[in-house]
Amino acid sequence: MIRLTNVAKEYPRSGVALAQVSFQVKKGEFVFLTGPSGSGKTTILKLLYMDDKPSEGEVWINGVSSKTAKGREISRLRRRIGIVFQDFRLLEDRTAEANVRFALEVTGSPKATIRAKVSRALTQVGLASKATSYPRELSGGEQQRVAIARALINDPFVLIADEPTGNLDERATRGVFQLLRDINASGTAVIMATHDLDLVRRSNYRTIELNHGRLVFDSAESPASARPPEESLELTDASGDYRESI
Amino acid sequence: MRSVREALAASGRAPLLSVLGVVTIAFSIFAFGLFGLVAINIRKALEQVEQRVEVRAFVSDSTEIESVAAAMKDIGEFPEVLRVDYVSKEQALARARKEMGEFADVFEAGVLPASIEVHLRPGRQDPATVKSVADRVKTYDFIDDVRYGEEWVAKLYSLRTIATVAGIALGVAFAAVAIIIIGATIRMTVLARAKEISIMRLVGATDMFIRLPFLIDGLVKGVCGGLLALVFVWIADRIVNEYVIQTVFFDRQMIFLGIVGGAFMGVLGSLVSVGRHLRRI
Ligand SMILES: Nc1ncnc2c1ncn2[C@@H]1O[C@H](COP(=O)(O)OP(=O)(O)OP(=O)(O)O)[C@@H](O)[C@H]1O
Ligand SMILES: [Mg+2]
Repeated sequence: MIRLTNVAKEYPRSGVALAQVSFQVKKGEFVFLTGPSGSGKTTILKLLYMDDKPSEGEVWINGVSSKTAKGREISRLRRRIGIVFQDFRLLEDRTAEANVRFALEVTGSPKATIRAKVSRALTQVGLASKATSYPRELSGGEQQRVAIARALINDPFVLIADEPTGNLDERATRGVFQLLRDINASGTAVIMATHDLDLVRRSNYRTIELNHGRLVFDSAESPASARPPEESLELTDASGDYRESI
Repeated sequence: MRSVREALAASGRAPLLSVLGVVTIAFSIFAFGLFGLVAINIRKALEQVEQRVEVRAFVSDSTEIESVAAAMKDIGEFPEVLRVDYVSKEQALARARKEMGEFADVFEAGVLPASIEVHLRPGRQDPATVKSVADRVKTYDFIDDVRYGEEWVAKLYSLRTIATVAGIALGVAFAAVAIIIIGATIRMTVLARAKEISIMRLVGATDMFIRLPFLIDGLVKGVCGGLLALVFVWIADRIVNEYVIQTVFFDRQMIFLGIVGGAFMGVLGSLVSVGRHLRRI
């Protein structure tokens, strides 16, 4: 369903962001993407939803190749991918409901089905009662749920989440993570980049770790005991620069 | 429709720039239009002039009629020449009397010389051709004098050239400014809506869908500019008609062309700028 083969990404000014990255994600899988700040997690996710193209190698996702995809094909692909970020990316001047509806309106969904779909998505994330609230009237966790509802609105085959709990306190983090597990349980693959190693340890999902743009560990390839040493994980945890951006 | 609504909302966000954009488009079309009108009217004046004789060669009194006839046959075979007429002394007198009306008595028989009138083919009546024909006619030794293309015909021609060049130059300059201003308006809108646009991209809206409101915005501004220009040109034309000379106005096709030109500028302005600014989001 998703396959990266020898993917490299080089940025003009900052140099190599990814090198020699290869892995596959199966239908319905849950995958953590971890690694220190600047190791290339966000870059991989961007390549997946074709916001950028690899400098070398190839990304295949849902039958679309990074080598040939362009314009309309990428738009179509994104309708089948749900994407959420650390900073929610909601429109401040619209209610929760309107934010979710927005994704349907701008992709030309038939009007008749919009209302029902929106209310189903908000119910799914547990926010049916907050449909008419504006983002500023919602907690961080609730805002992230709205963003997830928007990501789910077109029944994606995969949900891509870039540090979705990075801006949340522990309680909200647990809630949002549980929601992602539920979404995964209903058949949607989830690829989640995170710094939160507690989350990673407590669940038994596949983990891919990056360092300096290289894939240094993939739990699908190695036995569980072959995890990288704890100290490297802690270093990873402490170096997250997302805290500064809060 | 969503796109139209959004286009109008976008213009409302930067009213001054929007108006400025429309007005510069109008100025551009106005420049084209005004000089176009001058050119059209000069062309019409020239057409009337061109009906007349292009080259008149006066024949010496003592010339044998046979040599004149031979010369006329030669001249009639020049490729530029349509027809050659002979005007005898008597005919010249009669014509002069008719044209002068009450001053007819001034003329006495024998004052006016006989002449050859050379008519040129349509399309070969420009000053340069007229002069070259006149120069060749002048080489006959019984020809005393050759008159051709009264000076003002040449002046009209150069005026038409100046009007055309000035119109195109000014029109292009204003068009460039209009496109830049429209580009600036769109940059503001794109920046104001950067987050919205990035989310549209993320959830899979097509580029066309994202661009459409901007293109419609440009189209509407262009058409408004075209219509405004039409009003300007029409007023200018009325004023000239009232105080200077009778003029002809554009026909429907030209008016339509002007408005299409405005629309084209508006769409081009937004197309160029929207592509550039959207890529940065
Ligand atoms: N648009 C860009 N232009 C230039 N360099 C970039 C760009 N995006 C990322 N990089 C560089 O690529 C490298 C990987 O960045 P990336 O954002 O993928 O890291 P990350 O693992 O997501 O980090 P974090 O945990 O802090 O979010 C970094 O060195 C970064 O400076
Ligand atoms: Mg990142």
